[in-house]
Amino acid sequence: MEFNDEQIQRYSRHIILPEVGGKGQKRICQAKILIIGAGGLGSPAALYLAAAGVGTIGIIDGDVVDLSNLHRQVLHHTSDVAHPKVFSARDKMLAINPDVKVVTYYERLTAVNALSILNAYDIILDGTDNFPAKFLINDASFFAKKPLIHGGILRFDGQIITIRPGQSACYRCIHRQPPPNGLIPTCQEAGVLGVLAGVIGTIQATEALKLILGIGHPLTDRWLIYNALTAQFRTARVKRQTHCPLCGDRPTITELIEYDQAVCEI
Amino acid sequence: MRIKINGKAEEIEAKTVLELLRAKEIEPQMVSVELNSTIVDREAYSTTSLNEGDRLEFLFFMGGGEGRQS
Repeated sequence: MEFNDEQIQRYSRHIILPEVGGKGQKRICQAKILIIGAGGLGSPAALYLAAAGVGTIGIIDGDVVDLSNLHRQVLHHTSDVAHPKVFSARDKMLAINPDVKVVTYYERLTAVNALSILNAYDIILDGTDNFPAKFLINDASFFAKKPLIHGGILRFDGQIITIRPGQSACYRCIHRQPPPNGLIPTCQEAGVLGVLAGVIGTIQATEALKLILGIGHPLTDRWLIYNALTAQFRTARVKRQTHCPLCGDRPTITELIEYDQAVCEI
Repeated sequence: MRIKINGKAEEIEAKTVLELLRAKEIEPQMVSVELNSTIVDREAYSTTSLNEGDRLEFLFFMGGGEGRQS
């Protein structure tokens, strides 16, 4: 692909970076990223990745915009309330950058559709709110052999880890299975500082771009924890576990599992 | 004994992972515990003893910023 004058201007601040350059920007423009969840984490990720010129952005979410989403889900405007999030997301991404191809999936990710959807992308970004979805995404990324960027937020805390399936620690290396329903409060129950979604989702987008460009050190085998109140980042070293039920030496999970979906409107 | 919890040195009296979680009032089901780079099986919290100089990480479950599924 060759850039036209407008694209050279649009991406000039990227192209001028020696670590990116014209070559790196072309890689970005040819990359395919799937964002799962058009909510708090997916919002900043979608906006920045579209602005960066990521060639194809898939976005999947079965929900519609609610007024209580707007304090953190910056993809959606007040006029979008009651409209499907994926269409609102598509409109905002294309408004920022019409070069981007946006593929919308107005549905939930399930054990049935997960692999066929994930297979069409290079990198998976988890912006979901609930544990059944997070485990499904971790397992599906492993089976599809796709790098996954995991993120989570609650109250004033956020966490991120990048997972290279089969090479670095996966979500199940750390958490074997979802917590019992109702034990971990949801953002709806416990609240969340809206801007935290911006911090964590933006770091997830940064990780995605680093993977595309092959620069720096990915957040693999490192569990990054951010606390907004202390303004401190902490990194816990984690390792791939040989007894992980998914990616360990003797796996017991060999197909996708759909856990009960506790309805948790985060 | 002295161990490191989430990067900070602490003097503790607990002898096992479960005793430590109880002392800190952490529900064992809502956290994964990494002891010297190995994740401890939840079923083994009560039988996993702690030793001087151990490095412990509490890794909590955290959801997301979404609407319902995603």
